[in-house]
Amino acid sequence: MSQVVGGDGAVGSVPVDEQGGRRPNHVWRIVGIWVVLSVVGDLVFWFVAGPHVPPGTMTTTASGAQFDFNVLFVVALPVILGVWTYLVYAIVMWRASRWVGEGDPVRGPTARSNLKVQVAWIVTTTITVLAMFVFGTVELIVPAGAGGAEGPNPVWTPASKSILPIQVIAQQWQFTYRYPTFGGMETNNLIVPNDTTIAFHVTSLDVIHSFWAYQLGVKADANPSVDDVAYTKTRQTGTVTIRCSELCGIWHGAMFDYGKVVSKAEFMKWGIATEKALAANTKNLPPFAWTYVPDANGASGVYADTSGQAPYSKTQKYGATKAAQKIVKSPTTVTTTATATSSTATATSATTSTATSAIRKLTRQASGTTL
Amino acid sequence: MAIVLGMFAVVLVLVVFAAMSFVGSEPATVDFASGHHGGSVTLVAQTDGAVGTGAHPTWVSYQVKTPSTHKWVHTTLWQLPEHTKINVTIYQFDSGGPLRNQHWGQVTGTDGTTATRTTGTTFKIINGTTSKTPIGHTFTVPALGINVPLMGVTTSKKNFCTSGPCTPTKQLNHKVTFSFTTPGPGNYHFQCFIPCGAGHVFGNGGPMQTLGYMGGFLEVMA
Repeated sequence: MSQVVGGDGAVGSVPVDEQGGRRPNHVWRIVGIWVVLSVVGDLVFWFVAGPHVPPGTMTTTASGAQFDFNVLFVVALPVILGVWTYLVYAIVMWRASRWVGEGDPVRGPTARSNLKVQVAWIVTTTITVLAMFVFGTVELIVPAGAGGAEGPNPVWTPASKSILPIQVIAQQWQFTYRYPTFGGMETNNLIVPNDTTIAFHVTSLDVIHSFWAYQLGVKADANPSVDDVAYTKTRQTGTVTIRCSELCGIWHGAMFDYGKVVSKAEFMKWGIATEKALAANTKNLPPFAWTYVPDANGASGVYADTSGQAPYSKTQKYGATKAAQKIVKSPTTVTTTATATSSTATATSATTSTATSAIRKLTRQASGTTL
Repeated sequence: MAIVLGMFAVVLVLVVFAAMSFVGSEPATVDFASGHHGGSVTLVAQTDGAVGTGAHPTWVSYQVKTPSTHKWVHTTLWQLPEHTKINVTIYQFDSGGPLRNQHWGQVTGTDGTTATRTTGTTFKIINGTTSKTPIGHTFTVPALGINVPLMGVTTSKKNFCTSGPCTPTKQLNHKVTFSFTTPGPGNYHFQCFIPCGAGHVFGNGGPMQTLGYMGGFLEVMA
């Protein structure tokens, strides 16, 4: 056996060496090894590692991110295994020490181009890349933005008819959360109900921050005077890690906290109790608005509705007894008008009524009880 | 040539040394933890409109009274014992203004969720949206959920303190007392949530970002 490197003799026919023995078909060997490794590797990854890939499955958007990553991984794994298989095979089969005394294996026939191989390579890689591009693009936008922020006027919105709006207010160096459907209360902690579609309205009181609720699969820039909306739907209860992911000052690293996804019943219990506990301070807060206009050179500033949007909508009403509040901003004052709906404490049904009071003065009439 | 290279090397060493000294420098640490055996710890601090010392004497800052010498020290690194009740007294000498976010006008995370003012009355909320009750600063430890608003004083009074350390018995201040219990060991960042860094963008630069002034750490020791 001599001259085994290069040449097309190994493809298609059964090559014979100078001693009349069969020469191994390296191409099919490599392909065989590659296929086996790829199938095994993809199956092991998909079924063993895949379910544990972050950010987990706490929400639809987190599950979507996990699914997208896993799909891209099983597509990419055969590519890297192909490279590694060829590399290792070449090192083992064609290493110089294997051919000591049998001539110089390097000086084989001159390698020639192979049109079939070239066309197959270009077509395969082009289809693969374009497929991943289309898949990734669709997955990023179609499921209501896939947890990414869509700005103040989202194009891709959830189909749910009952969305819980939560305003995320970033400030150096902490996030606080306002619940417009619970009297506009503002809390230090993010508590959300399970099995619920949530609209995060993210804004900032000072510099640029970024709200990253890791396990929720939600990430949205927090810009002053901007209402940045991101959607998700919760699927599991548990703890959520929240971090600022935009370098926002020297204590950026300290800008994190932990939220919770709890059952609907627990959430309603917490929401009602917290609204009551914070009522004394909530009445001092400005009326709820989507954005905030800070004074860049001092401590003062006012909330102002610069978006022109109603703080409630027909869908963003979860937990509300008085929904569809609309802030009408005049040059000097902020007043409210309303077309309201009421719901039970579990927010499972709603009937229409009207109200004219400001949002901060709303009273809860859950199950006939005024709190 | 050798002389030039030697001088260059000396200058380089000096520059690196100066840079490392600047980057690595930090305020002194006041130790409330050593020698503590049971009971509570008393921590007395003051907030000055102008600290009156150090690299930025005009910056707003905390100063804290050492437990051993009872002298005011310009630092915000405070070592505390773990799982211990901390009785805090803050003399607020600075002026105040409206809150950017009234959320920080409420007392949270303290024992009883209250604080006590000079008059001896307890309070849970200060309405920082009116000119009647301007807020000077807040003592806020986000990780522990602690927030205490500190009312501002009137600058027009004769005994207004213009440069620290100020004297509580002689100069105008709002005294606020409260208690909280330390958790397990760790470094807990505290800051003021009133953008009080006048002259800096959004009021959050300068003293708000610099260790030793309006931000610091509660270093809870085992």
